[in-house]
Amino acid sequence: MKFKPLVSLAGAVAVVGSLLAAGTASAEDKVGFVYVGPVGDHGWTYRHDIGRQAVQNALGDKVKTTFVESVKEGPDSERVIRQMAAQGHKIIFTTSFGFMNPTLKVAKQFPNVKFEHATGYKRSKNVSTYSGRFYEGRYVIGKIAGKMTKSNVIGYVGSFPIPEVVRGINAVALAAKSVNPNIQIKVAWVNTWYDPGKEGDAAKALIDQGADIILQHTDSPAPLQVAESRGVWAVGQASDMHHFAPKAQLTAIIDNWDKYYVERTKAALDGSWKSGDTWAGLKSGMVELSKYNEAIPADVVKLAEETRKGIIDGSIKPFAGPFNKQDGTEAVAAGKELDDGALLGMDWYVEGVQGKLPK
Amino acid sequence: MLLKIEKRPEPARSMVYVTPLLALLLTILTSMALFTFLGVNPLEALENFFILPVNNQYGATELIVKATPLILCAIGLSVGFRANVWNIGAEGQLTLGAIFGGGVFVYFHDVDSVFLLPIMILMGAIGGALWAAIPAFLKTRFNANEILTSLMLVYVAILILSLLVHGPWRDPDGFNFPESRTFSESATMPILMEGTRLHMGTILALLAVFGTWIMLSKSLIGFQVKVIGAAPKAGSYAGFSQKKIIWFCLLFGGAMAGLAGVSEVSGPVGQLLPSISPGYGFTAIIVAFLGRLHPVGIILAGLLMALTYLGGETAQINLGLPVAVTGVFQGMVLFYLLACDVLVNYRFRMAGFSKVAS
Repeated sequence: MKFKPLVSLAGAVAVVGSLLAAGTASAEDKVGFVYVGPVGDHGWTYRHDIGRQAVQNALGDKVKTTFVESVKEGPDSERVIRQMAAQGHKIIFTTSFGFMNPTLKVAKQFPNVKFEHATGYKRSKNVSTYSGRFYEGRYVIGKIAGKMTKSNVIGYVGSFPIPEVVRGINAVALAAKSVNPNIQIKVAWVNTWYDPGKEGDAAKALIDQGADIILQHTDSPAPLQVAESRGVWAVGQASDMHHFAPKAQLTAIIDNWDKYYVERTKAALDGSWKSGDTWAGLKSGMVELSKYNEAIPADVVKLAEETRKGIIDGSIKPFAGPFNKQDGTEAVAAGKELDDGALLGMDWYVEGVQGKLPK
Repeated sequence: MLLKIEKRPEPARSMVYVTPLLALLLTILTSMALFTFLGVNPLEALENFFILPVNNQYGATELIVKATPLILCAIGLSVGFRANVWNIGAEGQLTLGAIFGGGVFVYFHDVDSVFLLPIMILMGAIGGALWAAIPAFLKTRFNANEILTSLMLVYVAILILSLLVHGPWRDPDGFNFPESRTFSESATMPILMEGTRLHMGTILALLAVFGTWIMLSKSLIGFQVKVIGAAPKAGSYAGFSQKKIIWFCLLFGGAMAGLAGVSEVSGPVGQLLPSISPGYGFTAIIVAFLGRLHPVGIILAGLLMALTYLGGETAQINLGLPVAVTGVFQGMVLFYLLACDVLVNYRFRMAGFSKVAS
């Protein structure tokens, strides 16, 4: 009989359905996370989800953490954020720059819900912003890269030519140049945060142009995998990616949101939460470096550690002068340094970076 | 017992309407098995997918907001699909509509006039139609396959938008981030219901659906579209110009997709961003076929597809189901629909019975 399997499937479903649990009443407070990528990207979103798990572990039964992954920036994100707010989440973390305006719009309608927006610059009474000073970690990486390169060409897979990414490129260039004056940085823009195919192709193109170190400001491990197969160095992004490139990964820059997420959630629950801006780096532990590759010579490890500690104790400032812009004109004079405002709007390259910044 | 598949003497009309429902039913049953496998109570999962997202007024309006661009794109595509004109590039035409419409605001952002929005809408439709004119020209002049040309132009369109928002159209006060100024009041679609995001774009979509229905059933060009699609030779004997139909279908589809684009940027998006559509132009292809290329069917199919997006989000928040479930769900609907369509032209028969009977 044609419909037999269908009928029996329906029967099975009915049986399963009768096992329906008696609702999901819960007294715990809800904490929401909105992600731009999949939790399995091994990069940006993956680390935010580790942060979410840290909240769940730290607060246990008191909270229920929820998340929505791969949310498109734009109208979809507004609906997701609003849905979370309407369902009684106490605090909502929106973890992509493109969620900025939607977060603010929803926050206006839900004054009692606290919002935390990553990497944005607009705040309100119930919207805080936070981000990491990733350029500090990149400055340490620049020192290592400057020492480790033989071809004096560093390849950089860039996502979008926005200040956050340009700042990272410049930090690497300044650090690498300080230990190796002949260094060149070549940048390949892929116009995406996450696309393993495009990222891998960009890495291949950079290696073909002579790069023997691949850095990236995109989220997938694809550039590292390319570096591994082509026998050049690479640096992990957002999380430790050495599983993907055990030989090639020099170190990885790690985003560590755990502490911040736990603190802010606790504050939201006990009522001490206040709107503000957090831009924390190596010192706070929001930016970390993973274990150095054993192939790095001891003197380079020593230099990297000195740089890292110097940034933490404030004796080293990545954007302290003197240094020049790409065209050779002076950017910052000796004895001065760029302030946060200049860093946040950075739309020019320093000396040593090749090519034109797309505008 | 032997099950035989045989061709029907003529396509079964009833099956045309039964198969979408059958496909939906099979999708639901399969997904229940999938939910069970994922360790989630299947009934609770279905409730999260289909009921919770729309069981309040705000949710219901969100469904319409989400369905609006899908319906606009699909209604435009459906006319072409009826005439065997395979425009796969609605996504690109939508993007050009957003660029043309949004561009009006970028250059006249300090103009506060009631004419601003109508001009933007008009320019959006023109932008989409112009983008679709390229495949139309290549098809009629060089016989280039419009599936390929329209699809490839999608990527060109998205890169043009990216170029503009990274460059000349960037918000001067936006810290160099790739986005335009946020649209002013007079460049924004009026909200139809206070406190929701339901906007005038939905009215445009309904007008488009109604207009298309009238056109297909009452006008000569609608008749030509149907004849050329059903029997190209009969069409050419009747003196209908194949080229004219190709031009008409692509321009119309492009204009509708362009409308969808401008209604998104001047509606829920509110500014130009590097990416303004999560693939509405592509999902609209499923919507058009799921809706049987019929105006009313397209409205229902658009709402259903929109519901799967909303439901996917609710299921993620409440049940922790992965986002991939939404994609699996949509894929299953289309797969089962195509599979069930066999029933339109074929029927099952017990080989044993028919012998006895005869």
